[in-house]
Amino acid sequence: MKFMLMMNAPRGTGDWGVMKWSEEDLKAHIRFMKTLNKELEGAGELVAGEGLAAPAQARVVRAGKNGAPITDGIFPEAKEFLAGYWIVDVDSPERAYEIAARASAAPGPGGAPLNMPIEVREVMSAPPVEA
Amino acid sequence: MTPRSLDFAGESLLRELAPQVLGAVVRRFGDFSAAEDAVQEAMLAAAVQWPDEGMPDNPRGWLIQVAARRMTDHVRSEVARRRREALVIMQEPADQQVLPAPDSQAVMEQDDTLILLFMCCHNALTRPSAIALTLRAVGGLTTVEIANAFLVPEATMAQRISRAKQRIKSSGIPFSMPSESERTERLGSVLHVLYLIFNEGYTSSIGPRLHRSDLSNEAIRLTRAVRNLLPDDGEVAGLLALMLLTDARRPARTGPDGELIPLSAQDRALWDRDAISEGIALITDTLSRGSIGAYQLQAAIAAVHDEAERAEDTDWPQILALYGLLKRMSDNPMVTLNHAIAAAMVHGAPTGLRLLEALDADERLAGHHRLHAVRAHLFEMAGDRDAAIAHFRAAAERTTSIPERDYLATQAARLSAGAVSGSGTDAD
Repeated sequence: MKFMLMMNAPRGTGDWGVMKWSEEDLKAHIRFMKTLNKELEGAGELVAGEGLAAPAQARVVRAGKNGAPITDGIFPEAKEFLAGYWIVDVDSPERAYEIAARASAAPGPGGAPLNMPIEVREVMSAPPVEA
Repeated sequence: MTPRSLDFAGESLLRELAPQVLGAVVRRFGDFSAAEDAVQEAMLAAAVQWPDEGMPDNPRGWLIQVAARRMTDHVRSEVARRRREALVIMQEPADQQVLPAPDSQAVMEQDDTLILLFMCCHNALTRPSAIALTLRAVGGLTTVEIANAFLVPEATMAQRISRAKQRIKSSGIPFSMPSESERTERLGSVLHVLYLIFNEGYTSSIGPRLHRSDLSNEAIRLTRAVRNLLPDDGEVAGLLALMLLTDARRPARTGPDGELIPLSAQDRALWDRDAISEGIALITDTLSRGSIGAYQLQAAIAAVHDEAERAEDTDWPQILALYGLLKRMSDNPMVTLNHAIAAAMVHGAPTGLRLLEALDADERLAGHHRLHAVRAHLFEMAGDRDAAIAHFRAAAERTTSIPERDYLATQAARLSAGAVSGSGTDAD
């Protein structure tokens, strides 16, 4: 079964909080994420995963009259933003929660776990095979 | 029994034959789109059959024959379909549908690689379509391989290729050598597409890995093929030299964790000496012949960097002069940006920063992460740490490359560690 793990990162004061970290903390965080991805890949559980560009350029788009795009943004008041996601193929929801908890505990300033909220959603699948 | 796969030599031969086989099939049947599919099928059949049954005596003839058989099936089913639709038009007398001899000497002499490149890189195609079609029709890569290289699903890539072929059909782009007057412009598109393929592999602006060696190698291989066909063209030689001299630094461009290492901090012992020698010989010979173009100048600049044993030995006055020439030749803001860096290295950071001001009014680059990154470096050189930190952060927020973002954020953090700290972190 497939799950999407959405990592919501704190926004700080309008730009990325992570930009204010020390070099050492930043490197530890990057290393942690790379290791996690490698492990998921090695376990054959990683289906897809992307990091998203900074929220400064984010826009919300709706169709206006004639279907032409109406864009809205930027959103300086948002407290959290989607920083990236993984899609994992695992045996159980419990395993997906386990992975989410590991990602949540990614190290932040001073190496302390960030405990970021990770939203876990099951991905819809094809209909079952008929017997 | 596990199926064996083609060895490296077999694979290389197959890829080299791909455009020749496609050319022969298009000449015989005329329908580029269907012929391209048929050749792809023949290549897949070869990859499965050759390891078990052995390489045929005439691999090229074998591929043409298999592709031609597919084409005959295609024509028959087309005819049947049209008959069903009560549009009975017999295209060809039955005796001409018999399989022709696989290889005649006249066709053997013909290399259609260039004609195919002119077709696939035509301006009427979007660049992503042209790139995908070139890699398949001329490079002999499978749809799966191309999809993997661009990290998109196979179905998406298949559709991109099929739309490119429809576009060729609807635009009436012929399978023939462009006229003399069109050649220069059309060759420009070909070189641009090859350059984009190389860059895609070298910088890989998407995804977590910085470079995908296959695309760079493929671009170099195809550019070599063009050079063999047009040995006297200075820009073709310039582009090949530029690729070789840039690619030579690849082993030093990233650290053990995939992190980006800038030119000035690279371990130059890791550079590929053979590629550098070949690139320098090529560009030196080309520049001595006159008629200098933009690829040749960029190759010359790359050569100056590669010739420096240490970063501090770099001949910046020469690089500045070369960027000066390049700036006069093209209206590319990236050139202005690099010219400003060279000027800063020769005349000091304030000169470079002053030159950058011209770019703030240029819509193509204003607010671009590269402009922020260069400003950050120059402010650091000038000793203005706060401005450098602000621009490193702005650049990190704007880039869409993960390794580059990590590098820029790390630079900001490095400078902040030494700065007078007025605020704590607000990351929580």
